[in-house]
Amino acid sequence: MNDTSQSFVKFEKIDKSYDGEVLVVKNLNLDIAKGEFVTMLGPSGSGKTTTLMMLAGFETPTNGEIFLDTKPISKIPPYEREIGMVFQNYALFPHMTVAENLSFPLEVRKISKPDIKEKVQKALDMVELGNFGTRFPAQLSGGQQQRVALARALVFEPRLVLMDEPLGALDKNLREQMQYEIKHIHDRIGITVVYVTHDQSEALTMSNRIAVFNDGVVQQLSTPDILYEKPENSFVAKFIGENNTLNGVVKEINGSSCEVELEGGFGTVKALKINVNEVGEKTQLSIRPERVSIDSSTSGANNFSGKIEELIYLGDHIRARLDVCGNNEFIVKVPNEGSFRHKEGDQLNLSWDSKDVRALDI
Amino acid sequence: MEVTISTAELLTTDGIPLKQSLRKAERRNKLRAFLLVFPLLLFIIVTFVMPIGDMLLRSVDDSQINSVFPNTFNEYKNWDKGADELPPEEVYKSLFFELANGDKRQIGKALTRMNYAKSGWKSLIKKTTREIKKIVKKGEEPVSYKDTFIKINKFWGDPTYWYSFNQMVNDRSSIYYWNALDRTFDEDGDVVLQDEKRRMYIKTWLRTFKVSVYVTIFCLILGFPVAHLLANLPLRYSNLLMIFVLLPFWTSLLVRTTAWIVMLQQNGVINGILVWLGVISDDGRIQMVYNEAGTLIAMTQILLPFMILPLYSVMRVIPKSHMRAAQNLGAKPAMAFWRVYLPQTIPGISAGGLLVFVLAIGYFITPELVGGKDGKLIGSWIAYHLKTTLNWGLCAALGGILLGIMLIFYWLYNKIVGIDNIKLG
Repeated sequence: MNDTSQSFVKFEKIDKSYDGEVLVVKNLNLDIAKGEFVTMLGPSGSGKTTTLMMLAGFETPTNGEIFLDTKPISKIPPYEREIGMVFQNYALFPHMTVAENLSFPLEVRKISKPDIKEKVQKALDMVELGNFGTRFPAQLSGGQQQRVALARALVFEPRLVLMDEPLGALDKNLREQMQYEIKHIHDRIGITVVYVTHDQSEALTMSNRIAVFNDGVVQQLSTPDILYEKPENSFVAKFIGENNTLNGVVKEINGSSCEVELEGGFGTVKALKINVNEVGEKTQLSIRPERVSIDSSTSGANNFSGKIEELIYLGDHIRARLDVCGNNEFIVKVPNEGSFRHKEGDQLNLSWDSKDVRALDI
Repeated sequence: MEVTISTAELLTTDGIPLKQSLRKAERRNKLRAFLLVFPLLLFIIVTFVMPIGDMLLRSVDDSQINSVFPNTFNEYKNWDKGADELPPEEVYKSLFFELANGDKRQIGKALTRMNYAKSGWKSLIKKTTREIKKIVKKGEEPVSYKDTFIKINKFWGDPTYWYSFNQMVNDRSSIYYWNALDRTFDEDGDVVLQDEKRRMYIKTWLRTFKVSVYVTIFCLILGFPVAHLLANLPLRYSNLLMIFVLLPFWTSLLVRTTAWIVMLQQNGVINGILVWLGVISDDGRIQMVYNEAGTLIAMTQILLPFMILPLYSVMRVIPKSHMRAAQNLGAKPAMAFWRVYLPQTIPGISAGGLLVFVLAIGYFITPELVGGKDGKLIGSWIAYHLKTTLNWGLCAALGGILLGIMLIFYWLYNKIVGIDNIKLG
C-alpha cells in the first residue's frame, strides 16, 4: 500500500500564498497511493487544511499541479472532482432530513429514485443509522451527525474522501470510538482517504502514513511507527508523542552514531547520528520517556542520575518529572508494578540505550 | 407479601405535599417576575390595547345620533316603505319635538353624522330647526306635522332623504365598514354599491395591496444581495456597508422622501442627467414622481433596511461550509444556492417580507408626498377623514380592515412558514 510508484494523488511542487507575501504551503510534493489512509498532521496554521482545500478545489495552488489518477485537476471545478469531503463541523444541511442530505449528491447526479433510495439506505446502514433517515440533523447527537457526514461523503462513491478535522467537535470517548469506526469503514471499502488533524494520537491510530506539516513544509512523511520511533527532526520528535530533550554539542562521530557533550558539563551521551553532520555542531538529543529505565544495574552506555521533582499517579503508570542534566522537564513513565517506592526529592539512577537516543537538529 | 403501588400525592421530606411546597417556593419568584413586567403590561394596555379596542368600537358605534333622535328612529322603524311613499305622521311629529327641544350641540354632532349618510342633511335640518323654533315660540300646534315640514322645505317630501335614515337607526351599525368598501344601504337596508362617483376605496385598497406586494418584492430583490454581502464580506468592509444600510434609519423620513422628489421630478436630477446624456429629449422628460411609480421607488428605498436586516441576521449564521459542501457533493454553484443556501434564508425572507409588507400597507407620509393623485394609499384616506371630514367612524372602519388584513396575513404566514421560524435578529 505504500507503493508510491503508482500514485493516485500526486502533489507536485505545490506553493500556496494568499496575499503574495507569505507562503502557506512551500514546495509540497506528496504521493498518495490508491486505498491509502494518509493523514496530514500539524499544528494550526501549518498549511495542512490549505493543502486539503486545494485538493478539494476550494483553493487554487499558486504554483505546481495536483494530479488525481494521473490527470491534472487544477482546472476542474470542485463539483466535478468527484471527491467526497467531511467538513470540520459536518456542514450537514439543516433544512433537509438525514436521508435528504444523503440523497443530495445522488440527485444532482440525476440517479433514478429507486437507486437513490437503495444507496442512501446502504450508506445509512454502513454507519449504523439505518432508522434515522427521517430525522433532521439537529435531532441527532454529535457522534450521529458525524456519521451522517461520513455517509454523505461516501454515498456517491467518490474517488477519494477528504476529512478536515472531522472529530474535533466530539468529546474524548466518542472521538476514540469514531476513530476506530472510520478506520474500519476504510478497511472495509478500501477507499483512499486524506485526513487532516492536529491530534497526533488520532493520526497514529488511523493512518497508513502520516505527513507531518509545519510552517508549510512536510517535515516527515512516514508510517506511524517510524514517525514515532525514528523522527527525523526535532519538530517531529516533539510533535509526535512525548519526548525528552537534552541539548549538547557533537564531540565525535563514528559512522551512524555520535558522542554528544551535554551543555552544562553533565557528561557525554552516546547517540544515533540522525540530523547532525559534523563535529562541533549543536544538537538536541531526543529520548522517549518509556525508553529510560530506572534503578537498573545494566551497564548501558548512558548512565545518569536525576532528582524527582514531581510524581503524578495515573493508575497504570506513574509519571515522574525529573531534573536530569539540567533539564527539569525530563519525564519518565514508571509502570505501576507496585514496587516503586521513591518520593519526591529522591535521586534516581537512569540509563538508556544509545540507539534510543537520536541526535537531531536544534 | 403484597406490593401496593402508592397513587398518593408525593410528599416532601417534611410531609408537605410536593406541589404545594413547590408553589410556595416559586411564589416569590413569580411575583417578582410579574412586578417586573407590570409597568410594561400597563403601558401596552393603556397605549395599545385600549386605543385599538376604542377604534374597533368606534367603527361600529352609532349611538350618538340614536340618543338625539330616539323617538323619531323608533317611529321610523314602523314605516312600511312599500305602502307609503313618505314616512307616517308620527315620524314627522317626533322629529319636530326632538328638533325643538334637543340640545343644540348634540344635534350639531348628529348632523355631521347625517351628512355622511346623505349630503344636504345639515343645511336642511338647520333651516328646519329655525322654522320649528319660530312655530314653537308662537305657541302654534301644527295640524299636520308632515305638511308643516314639507312647507318649510320641499326636500322633506323627498323619500331619498328619509331612506338615508336606514343606516343610522341602530346603536350598532356596520355602515362604516360597508362605506370603506364602497358600499351603502338602500331604502330596504340592503347592501348596495355606492354611486359610481363616490366609489374610491376599493380602488385605493387594491392599489395599496399592489404597491405593498411590489415594494416587498423589490425590497427582496434589492436586499438579498446586499444582505449576502453584509454577511460574507470581511468585517472591515461589512461594517462600512452596514453603516450605509443603517444611514437612512438615522435620517428623517421626511427628508428622505423630499430628497426623492428632488431626484425624480421632471426638472429633477435624474431627468436632468438623462436629458444631458441625450437619452431622452427635453420634452420627453419622464414623469417619475407624483404617481404610482414615485410611491414605489420611494417606499422601496425607505423600507429596504427592514428587509436587509432580518435577511442579514439569518445569513450571518449560515456556515460558509454549506455552499462548499454542496459543491463538493456535485452541485453546480447555482444549484447549491437554490437547494442549500436559499432554503436556509427562508426565515429571513419571510420575516423581512412580512415586516415590509405590513409597514407598506399602512404607509402614509411617503405616498402622501410623492404619490400625487394616483399614488395615494389607504393611509391617506384615513388621514383625510381623521383631519378633514372628522368622520372617525369611517376612519376606524378603514383602520379595522387594515388590522384585519394584517391578522389574516399573520395567520397565513403562521400556517405556511410557522411563526417560530421568524427571525429578526
